[in-house]
Amino acid sequence: MSKPADVRRPYVRPMAGWWRRDPFFMRYMLREATAVAVAVYAVVLALGIVRLAQGEAAWNGWLDALRSPWSLLLHAVLLVAMVIHAKSWFDIMPKTMPMILIGGRRLAAQTITRTGWAASVVASIVLFALAWWWGA
Amino acid sequence: MPEPVTTAVKTIRIEVLRYRPEQEDAPVWQGYTVPFTDDMSVLQALQHIKDELDGSLSFRWSCRMAICGSCGMMIDGKPALSCQTFLRDLLPGPVRIEALANFPIERDLIVSVDGFVGKLESIKPYLIPKQPRTLAQGEYLQTPAQLEQIEQYSSCINCMLCYAACPQFGLDPGFTGPGVLALLHRYNADSRDGGRDQRMAVLNAEEGVWSCTAVGYCSEVCPKHVDPANAVNQNKVNSAKDYFLRFVSPRGGRP
Repeated sequence: MSKPADVRRPYVRPMAGWWRRDPFFMRYMLREATAVAVAVYAVVLALGIVRLAQGEAAWNGWLDALRSPWSLLLHAVLLVAMVIHAKSWFDIMPKTMPMILIGGRRLAAQTITRTGWAASVVASIVLFALAWWWGA
Repeated sequence: MPEPVTTAVKTIRIEVLRYRPEQEDAPVWQGYTVPFTDDMSVLQALQHIKDELDGSLSFRWSCRMAICGSCGMMIDGKPALSCQTFLRDLLPGPVRIEALANFPIERDLIVSVDGFVGKLESIKPYLIPKQPRTLAQGEYLQTPAQLEQIEQYSSCINCMLCYAACPQFGLDPGFTGPGVLALLHRYNADSRDGGRDQRMAVLNAEEGVWSCTAVGYCSEVCPKHVDPANAVNQNKVNSAKDYFLRFVSPRGGRP
């Protein structure tokens, strides 16, 4: 009879495709992917600054490019991604914070999340109103 | 007419991922048909299999009431304690049972816990008093607010469900992981403890809090509502403080 140590042969299961195992992981990957949309939009805005520095013709060219159908489609996709980004980031925000005690009671995670959502909605409305007012 | 009392035995199909290292190179699924009642847990189904159908099936269990942390396994793909998961919630079946994900399988539903235990020991999971204290000085006093800082994290039963829920641990078994980091926080955050300096090296390491990407599934599956994701992520701030404040204060800004 062999010693027990001889039959120990731990089996390690593969991790390939781990994010498809559970809808929770798919939502996580979606949340992380929306960071790419944030980066892409930062590049779009940075290009605008570069074109502005190059003079009026370059700037107007950038504005025209923004109005192209492909650009509008890109912006629609980016907008959806940004909304998901804001929502999912504030979902996870309570996990990143130490306990907040108010009057001896712990501030609920849901309150932190909803405050974050409210702040992003208000900020978006203010920004949109300012852009509208300046554009008019 | 009242519903006749049925005596027919209800059965459910249970599929178990078997691995017997002496006879298989890779795990294989094996099915069993198990009679069940509405109050039967998945653990009881496994016990029925072992007692009545196949004595070679191996799994860990002890308390049957969700406090020992021994019977964690993947049930229909989710990490859960088999003693508090009921067959009536998994109808019509088949129920698929597999060893806890992300751990090496030792045999059938038993995983290797060596790595986990080693990590647990590394964080000194006990109170390290600030100063030696004699019995004559009496007990430590704590305010309700100080207790609140640690109470939820002290509920951990070391069941390792959070590890089975953590893809970062699956990808890098060296990651200290949610459960142990939550316990590290439980002792660091305790007003009676003075051992923080001895634990910060584990926390600050890349395989400490910084390997966490805030997936958050660990907190979702925790049967004791420890919220390990919260313990780990709030300590990223503490780790960053520890790193930067050493430039301005020799004690890393620690009190």
